[in-house]
Amino acid sequence: MAILVVAEHDQVSIKGATRAAVTAAARIGGDVHVLMAGHDCARAAAEAAGVEGVSKVLVADAPIYAHPPAESIADLVVGLAREYSHVLAGATAVGKNFMPRVAALLDVAQISDVTAVLAPDTFARPIYAGNGLATVQALDPIKVVTVRGAAFEGAVDRAKDGSSIAAIEPVPAGRASAGSRFVSQELTQSERPELTASRIIVSGGRGMGSAENFRLLDQLADKLGAAVGASRAAVDAGFAPNDYQVGQTGKIVAPELYIAVGISGAIQHLAGMKDSKLIVAINKDAEAPIFGVADYGLVADLFEAVPELTAAL
Amino acid sequence: MKVLVAVKRVIDYNVKARVKSDGSGIDLAGVKMSMNPFDEIAVEEAVRLKEAGVATEVVAVSIGVAACQETLRTAMALGADRGVLIETAAELEPLHVAKLLRVLVEKEQPQLVFLGKQAIDDDAAQTGQMLAALLRWPQATFASKVSVGGDGVEVTREVDGGLETVALTLPAVVTADLRLNSPRYATLPNIMKAKKKPLETMAADLLGVDLAPRTRQLSVSEPKARAGGIKVPDVATLLSKLKTEAKVI
Repeated sequence: MAILVVAEHDQVSIKGATRAAVTAAARIGGDVHVLMAGHDCARAAAEAAGVEGVSKVLVADAPIYAHPPAESIADLVVGLAREYSHVLAGATAVGKNFMPRVAALLDVAQISDVTAVLAPDTFARPIYAGNGLATVQALDPIKVVTVRGAAFEGAVDRAKDGSSIAAIEPVPAGRASAGSRFVSQELTQSERPELTASRIIVSGGRGMGSAENFRLLDQLADKLGAAVGASRAAVDAGFAPNDYQVGQTGKIVAPELYIAVGISGAIQHLAGMKDSKLIVAINKDAEAPIFGVADYGLVADLFEAVPELTAAL
Repeated sequence: MKVLVAVKRVIDYNVKARVKSDGSGIDLAGVKMSMNPFDEIAVEEAVRLKEAGVATEVVAVSIGVAACQETLRTAMALGADRGVLIETAAELEPLHVAKLLRVLVEKEQPQLVFLGKQAIDDDAAQTGQMLAALLRWPQATFASKVSVGGDGVEVTREVDGGLETVALTLPAVVTADLRLNSPRYATLPNIMKAKKKPLETMAADLLGVDLAPRTRQLSVSEPKARAGGIKVPDVATLLSKLKTEAKVI
């Protein structure tokens, strides 16, 4: 039986989390179909059809999917899911929202946030803020799985040698959800790369002291072409918006370079970034736990070290 | 309007979880347990709705062993009016919890059910959405602002890249994110008062819910430890290491 990957996209292009889910699907084995619910999403559908490993793209194109509530997406997925052995999506804010709804409507368990595929029915996933790595076997006939993007390389585009791309097939849209209506969205306007997709992340903690001081990190990030993140302590203190949050309750990232500035290294924060390829810590407290995971640690006053680093780049 | 809040007893937020040496799970023997932090935020939001005159009654529910009564007493010390314990010693998965909660929702008929967005033990983040699905109610997860008005609720949600606002008809399920509110501390007089509030216990086995496992946890292992690195004396050394040794910039 084939595997259904529910795409996340902005009508124009697909998200990295979807490419990671395609990789996870390929590891499970079987035909990989991508479901795209959107409105005027032909470009995103064409992109999905060009991804290595995808054999079919199902497109539900309708105005109700312009900003689809979890209720409508879940209903659409449930209508198709019985033809599949697995339903996968990225463990993003979107995937986390509708996938448990899909699982409950199918009367099956969901395996959240998997970091490895060990067998078609067996997955690894972190528990207790990453203090434990559980191996879980799903016993239900349909496996509903959300995939941690940082744990899988995204599936790449097929070689452009004129070989066939996946077929794109329309599927009928479902009904609009009666109980839920999209009102508005307010997305952070930023020229910087998205946190979960960025090659370099500069992250600040409580040690930043204020929201104004976070600009120091903006300047460093701009020089590096990096995204800016924050610890939960910095978000709690109001220094940074919540969508900057890296950690157990925020985003899970694994960039090539993670620069932690004024971050002590609480376990909840480490859970979100300790799989980064290279970690740099700048903190004036030499005993801070962040130095235990840092490849390069600099014990220094961040208010001197960060501008110096920015100026030297 | 009645509000139901689901609370889970989990390892205390400040305690580091340790994997059992036989790899069978996390060692919770003698470990401090508390209310899941996101559930505390959910309780606080429900209590604020009551203080604002929107909610008439706040009912807290917990599912698990008898010790979950403590968690319910905490919820009542924060302002919940009464507690319901659905008692079971079984290992429950989010789908089981959602099904048990559905039974209670059908009995209590609340207009709003609040839950935390995820529990800090299994980090599944599923129960609220599953409950909403089983009830066929609308849902708003990861809430950072809740306004009840007329026959609906408007919820601002934390999404990747910013915020999204959705309008739901009631009844509905809402799961609390970090920034929804800062929960109050339970004062001593309120802790004393909570001891006298009604706490009903019902046996999970008698609710007609199939609690057979849907997943099998084969093992729990320690995550791979990161090899320690080095300290660099100054910014110049750091920069040269990044450029020549690690070659990341």
